[in-house]
Amino acid sequence: MLSPFVSALLLQSGYNAALVAVGAALLGIAAGSGGAFLFLRKRALVSDAVAHATLPGVGLAFMVMVALGGDGRNLLGLLLGSALSASLGLLIVEWITRRTRLAEDAAIGAVLSVFFGFGIVLLTVIQTMSRGKQAGLEGFLLGSTAGMLFQDAVIIAIGGAGAIATIVLLRRPMTLVAFDAEFAAASGVSVRTIDLAMMLLVMAVTVVGLKVVGLVLVVAMLIIPSVTARFWTDRTDRLVGIAGLVGGASGYVGAAFSASAPHLPTGPIIVLVCFALFLASLLVAPVRGVLAALLRRRRFQVLVHRRQGLLSLAHGEPIFDPLTLAVLRRSGLIRRDGVPTEAGRAQSAKVLRDERRWDIARQIYQDDAVSGRYDGLTPIETVLTRDEIAEIDRRIGSPSVVGGAA
Amino acid sequence: MGAEFVQLSLTPLAIGVLAAIACALPGNFMILRRQALIGDAISHVALPGIVVAFLITGTIATWPMMIGAAGAAVVAVVLIEAIRRLGRVEPGAAMGVTFTSLFAAGVLLLEQSDTSSVHLDVEHALYGNLESLIWLSAEGWGSLLDREALADLPPELGRMAAVTLLIAVLTALFWRPLKLSTFDEGFAATLGIRTGLLSLALVMTAAVAAVAAFDAVGSIIVIAMFICPPAAARLMTNRLEVQVAWSLVFATLSAVLGYVLAGYGPLWLGGNDAVSAAGMIATVSGVILGLACLFAPHRSRIGAPREAEG
Amino acid sequence: MHAALAADHPLVVQGMTVSYGERPAVFSVDAAVPSGSMAAIIGPNGAGKSTLLKAALGIVPPLSGTVTVFGRPLAEARSRIAYVPQRASVDWDFPARVIDVVLMGLYRELGLLRVVRRHHREKALACLERVGMADFAARQIGQLSGGQQQRVFLARALAQNADLYLLDEPFAGVDAATEKAIIDVLKSLKAERRTVVCVHHDLATVVDYFDHVLLINVRKIAEGPVATTFTAETLQATYGGRLATTHIDQLKLPTA
Repeated sequence: MLSPFVSALLLQSGYNAALVAVGAALLGIAAGSGGAFLFLRKRALVSDAVAHATLPGVGLAFMVMVALGGDGRNLLGLLLGSALSASLGLLIVEWITRRTRLAEDAAIGAVLSVFFGFGIVLLTVIQTMSRGKQAGLEGFLLGSTAGMLFQDAVIIAIGGAGAIATIVLLRRPMTLVAFDAEFAAASGVSVRTIDLAMMLLVMAVTVVGLKVVGLVLVVAMLIIPSVTARFWTDRTDRLVGIAGLVGGASGYVGAAFSASAPHLPTGPIIVLVCFALFLASLLVAPVRGVLAALLRRRRFQVLVHRRQGLLSLAHGEPIFDPLTLAVLRRSGLIRRDGVPTEAGRAQSAKVLRDERRWDIARQIYQDDAVSGRYDGLTPIETVLTRDEIAEIDRRIGSPSVVGGAA
Repeated sequence: MGAEFVQLSLTPLAIGVLAAIACALPGNFMILRRQALIGDAISHVALPGIVVAFLITGTIATWPMMIGAAGAAVVAVVLIEAIRRLGRVEPGAAMGVTFTSLFAAGVLLLEQSDTSSVHLDVEHALYGNLESLIWLSAEGWGSLLDREALADLPPELGRMAAVTLLIAVLTALFWRPLKLSTFDEGFAATLGIRTGLLSLALVMTAAVAAVAAFDAVGSIIVIAMFICPPAAARLMTNRLEVQVAWSLVFATLSAVLGYVLAGYGPLWLGGNDAVSAAGMIATVSGVILGLACLFAPHRSRIGAPREAEG
Repeated sequence: MHAALAADHPLVVQGMTVSYGERPAVFSVDAAVPSGSMAAIIGPNGAGKSTLLKAALGIVPPLSGTVTVFGRPLAEARSRIAYVPQRASVDWDFPARVIDVVLMGLYRELGLLRVVRRHHREKALACLERVGMADFAARQIGQLSGGQQQRVFLARALAQNADLYLLDEPFAGVDAATEKAIIDVLKSLKAERRTVVCVHHDLATVVDYFDHVLLINVRKIAEGPVATTFTAETLQATYGGRLATTHIDQLKLPTA
């Protein structure tokens, strides 16, 4: 006997649930890696405007289809309408940012609220329209996979797969532009075209995602995976891949989980799974994670205070900073009354010598490779060879020493 | 414009105008500080706040809901800052992560809890119910002097008026430090102004405005009024004092025109049912901003291009 | 540095370390600016000059170190300090006129609610007059050239009527006329027995403009009167390979 969750994970909970899970996974991959380019261009919240701007398109498409005597709920038609109005919203964001003095964040906020507001107006019109029965367009706000038709699932799967194919195809120029637009332009890539492709991709993902996670939460699928991926890598190409992986895993696991019990709406569950992955990465990622940073910060602070304290000892200056005193005391460099111990004297002499060596080194070596490494903490042994240091030691004591014990 | 107007339209109109003004005031500074989307984030997280308040108290009384929404706004602001600083994530992305996740949690809680018997749903949170805030016992303009009728005013009106007044007073009181630290944060700090605290206070004020307005008119108006009137006003002038004045004019205009168009527009077009007033107010504010972008005297940037800053 | 010494120095910094992330931008710097001096903070790009200034003003939090202004802690002496930030640190598209910016310098006088009166306005105009910008009072700040922006910032500092002026790269990217106007104002401040500290990057003008220098490159290299401290040796120690010997030869150094 499998638990409902495991059986859903293994695609054993019925044809429809399996279809939704696969569709959500494809959507997640497309959204994660597509959003990564947006994230790298520092325009993550443009997706917010795109997503909200789909609503009037959905409403208008419905009204047009009804006016033409159709059903009005044809998913393909609705998605087409949403794509058109999202494009319009995107164009307006660009236009406002370029043509007026308003900044991009104001343009995004204006477009998303106004388009969304107009979309709500259209929805209330549709509610009172005599034809078209209950349109069920509210499902686009938060997504609803419950009553999804087979053909809807197919459209989502095809859309997701298409977006992934586009990303694979255009990953090189897009990575280049996302990493350094000026360099990309200089090497002959049309930044405008690639930016446009990027936006079309985001729009496609948004539109496809409307039915699964809804327009508010599709924004999450575009942003959270790449922010999560950023914790694990510094490389652009890997970031795109990891973001796709995070998005795909969230989509798949979230959809399976939501199928395993009632009252677990697909969209929010997918987003929360994604957020859980983000949270875990934020905490435990090796270099950029919070725990790692805390440890490093603490180590660094101790290092600074130790060095500063030792220099003060060497110069015979009193130390007042309580943390410096604590650090020195704990490593046995001073006694409780503040007098340096044997080890403290030895260490402070060593640090002072290191400072003097650096002074000389920075005069001798006229390049940043050596001088630029000076930050008050790096021991000179890690930068210069033994012979070079011997040469410096030979010079120490000559009257040209500057600033050493000033 | 007689008894029917006073009974059905006067109070929603007043509430709409007050809400628009309460949001537009802090919006001016948020636009200039490149924090326009904080308003977006705050209004999205109000939903989980309200749901949690409902789950704790088991009622849909107003005060617990407002406290819940305000609490959620605080949580969101703290989370955004924490993610930005701890994870060294750019502010936009940190915002996106936070508000979408909290919103998802809100929807999930809503689905999980048994709220079918009470009027608590996502649609309400998104576009409010301005139209229903009518003054039932009013019989005409005379009712404005009738103590009994006045006692029956929708409570949202008093609340919104109090919040708007509070925000207006705060804005006037802290005008100088706000202006100074918005323009030149470093200089403000050397004068002893607590810029970090002020910045947080501004966001909290915006949250209070959002929550109060949200209760009456839903989150669309909140976002639209934070951004559209101040943005349009910025294009009308090069002085902050004048900009704020214009933003109040635009906010009022949006609320009045939007409400009237929503209520009477469909009738003029031959329909017979009103459309969403909140949606229409947002739409009108967008049209005003669009016109400002096309024709306002100070619409384009002058001088040196703005430096790329996050 | 002892209390007695700190009391008669306008600005004393002790053990100042500031770090962005894990790399110190300023490491354990001590400095004492003598009263009535024109002091320059000098060092290569990325040496922590501006960071030191900002830490001294409490704009960036130091990792360790103390700041004493006229013998008192920074927080108690803020009214005696005027600050001119780098021009590029603000958004000049802000909706304000030149006079509005200068009036910001009167913040301590005006407080939260006091009305701007005629004598405030006249004071602000007089400060603009001193930097040669009186005709631009009603101009939108976005319409100014870089040099004019710098002068407006200086006028705002003048309005603060302080005893200690701290300026961050006041001559960076300004035209010759502005440079002349600024240095004239700074010299008049010195004549009034006020103290001026500038982050400065143009070695060629150090001798003409200043009488006290602080050479830093993350750590303090040297500090003292220009006549004895601004030498080929200290410059070599500060700039290392970044300064060619021929370049040093061209400087009008005070001592051979």
